[in-house]
Amino acid sequence: MTRSAQATGRAAQAAHEPAAGTRVPEVAFAMRGGHVALDGRRVLRGVDLRIETGEVVAVLGANGSGKSTLIRTLLGLVPLTAGTAELFGTPPARFRDWWRIGYVPQRLSVGGGVPATVREVVASGRVPRQRRLRPSGAADRAAVTAALESVGLAGRAGDPVGLLSGGQQQRVLIARALAGEPDTFVMDEPTAGVDAESQRHLAGTLASLVRQGRTVLLVAHELGPLAPLITRSIVVRDGVVAHDGPAQHGEGACHPHPGHEQERPHAYDVSSGPMSPGAPK
Amino acid sequence: MIEIFQYDFMVRALVAALLVGLAAPAVGTFIVQRRLALLGDGIGHVALTGVALGFLTGTAPVFTAVLVSIAGAVAIELVRARGRTTGDVALALLFYGGIAGGVLLIGLAPGGSNATLTSYLFGSISSVTAQDVWVIAVLTAFVLGVVATFGRELFVLCQDEEVAKVNGLPVRFLSLLIAVTAALTVVIAMRVVGLLLVSALMVVPVATSQQVTRGFRATMALAMLLGVVATVGGLTSAFYAGVAPGAAIVLLALAGFVLALGAGRFLRRYRAKEAGA
Repeated sequence: MTRSAQATGRAAQAAHEPAAGTRVPEVAFAMRGGHVALDGRRVLRGVDLRIETGEVVAVLGANGSGKSTLIRTLLGLVPLTAGTAELFGTPPARFRDWWRIGYVPQRLSVGGGVPATVREVVASGRVPRQRRLRPSGAADRAAVTAALESVGLAGRAGDPVGLLSGGQQQRVLIARALAGEPDTFVMDEPTAGVDAESQRHLAGTLASLVRQGRTVLLVAHELGPLAPLITRSIVVRDGVVAHDGPAQHGEGACHPHPGHEQERPHAYDVSSGPMSPGAPK
Repeated sequence: MIEIFQYDFMVRALVAALLVGLAAPAVGTFIVQRRLALLGDGIGHVALTGVALGFLTGTAPVFTAVLVSIAGAVAIELVRARGRTTGDVALALLFYGGIAGGVLLIGLAPGGSNATLTSYLFGSISSVTAQDVWVIAVLTAFVLGVVATFGRELFVLCQDEEVAKVNGLPVRFLSLLIAVTAALTVVIAMRVVGLLLVSALMVVPVATSQQVTRGFRATMALAMLLGVVATVGGLTSAFYAGVAPGAAIVLLALAGFVLALGAGRFLRRYRAKEAGA
C-alpha cells in the first residue's frame, strides 16, 4: 500500500471509529508458521502471531522455551527456517524504518575493556536518527538527558558503565533505546537479575511509555512490578505458543509491592489459564 | 634536540612517526573494543606476502602490501562473520600463510633474500623517502577521515553488533570498513616499527589509556596522544642512543603501560573513596 493510500485508509477508518483521538493500529509484528532451528535444534515450531501498535505484550516462558529466539526472529536477528515474519508489514531484511524500534538486549556488552561512559552509551541510541558528518545537536543532547532522567541515572552520566550494577546497566540499555525516541520497544528479559530499585524504575518508565501509547514487546521469565502494565501475554512452551490472550491481573498477578514477587517467581504460571475468546488473531 | 632536524632523513622519519602515532591508536581503539586485538598482527603477517610480491613483480612494495593486506583483512572479517567457532584457527592459518608466502615469494624475486624482508619485519624508518611520507600522509588522512565520519556508527557496531543491526546500520559495510582501515594502518606503520610490531602501536596505547580514562572518546584521545609520544619519543631517543627505532618505540609504549597500571590502580581507589564518601 502506498503511503497516501495508507493515510486515506486511516482517515476512513477513523471516521468509523467513535473513540476519536485513538490511533488506528497497524500490525507491528507478525509471524506466520514460523520455524527456527539453531545448530540443528528446533527452537520454534510453527509460531503464528500478530501484534498491533499500542499493545503491551509480554512473551512468557521457561528458560529454553524459545521466547528470546521468538523476538530475535521478529527483529531479523535470527533467520527463519520456514514461514514468514514481518515488521510493520515488511520482512525484516527489507525493513528500513529502524528508527521506529528501540531494542533492549539482554545485557550490556562491555566490549574489549575500552571504557564508555553512561552518557556515551545512551547517546549511541541517537545514531539511527543522526546523519553522518553532522555533529550531535541540541535535540540529540536533550533526548539523551531526558532518557537518563527517566531511568534515574542522570547523576551517573559521567561514570564508566562497567562500574554500574547489573540493574543499573539494564537501565542504561533502556535509556539508550529511549534516546532514539522510537515508537516500538522490544525488550529481552529486562527484569532478569535486576534489583528492586531498578525494577521500580523500569516499571515507572514502562508506565509512561504505555501512557504515550507506545508499543511494547518484552520477554520475561518473571514480570514482577511490570505485571499490571501488560495488556496481553503470550506463553511459549517448547517452541510453540501455548497461550495467547489478555493478561489476567487477578489473583495476585499484579503486585502493588515489588518486594513480593519472590512468592510467585514465575509470573507466567498465573496467566496460563483458559484461552481467552477475545485473543486478537 | 635541534641537531636532529639537520638531517633530512630524520625530519622525514619524524613526520612519518607522528602520523603513525596518530592513526594507529585511533583505529586500535575500535579494534580493541571489538575484541580483535590480534587483527593487526594477522594483517601484518599477510602484508609480508604483499611486500614480497612487490619485489617479485618490480612494483612498489607499499602498493602491493596495501592490496594484499586489504584482501587479508577482508578474508579475516568474512571468516569472523561466518564461522564463529573456528575463527581463531582460521586467523592462525592466515598468519602462517602470510609469513610462508612472503618468504617463498622473496626467494623467487631477482636478488631478493630473507634479508630484504628484514627491513619490513622490523622497520627501517631512517630509509623513509619523501614519496613514502606522502603515501603515509594520504593513508593517515583516510584513516582519520573514516574515524571522524563513521565513528558513531563504529562505536555502536563494536559495542554490540546486534544492536547495530536493529539500529538499521550497514553492519557488513562497517565491518569491512574497519578491517580495511586496519589494513591501511598496518601498511602505514610498517616502515616505522616493522610488520612484527605494527599491532603494538594499535593496541598498547589503547591498553595504557583505558587504565586511567572513563569514556570512549577520552580513551581514544589519550591513546592518540600516547601514540605520538611513543613514536616521536622512541625515534628521538633511538637517534641519540643509536638503537633500533622500532624497538625503542614499542618499549617506550610498554613502559607507559606499566606506569599507567599503577596510576590506574591509584585512581580507582581514589574514585571509590570519593563515591563512598
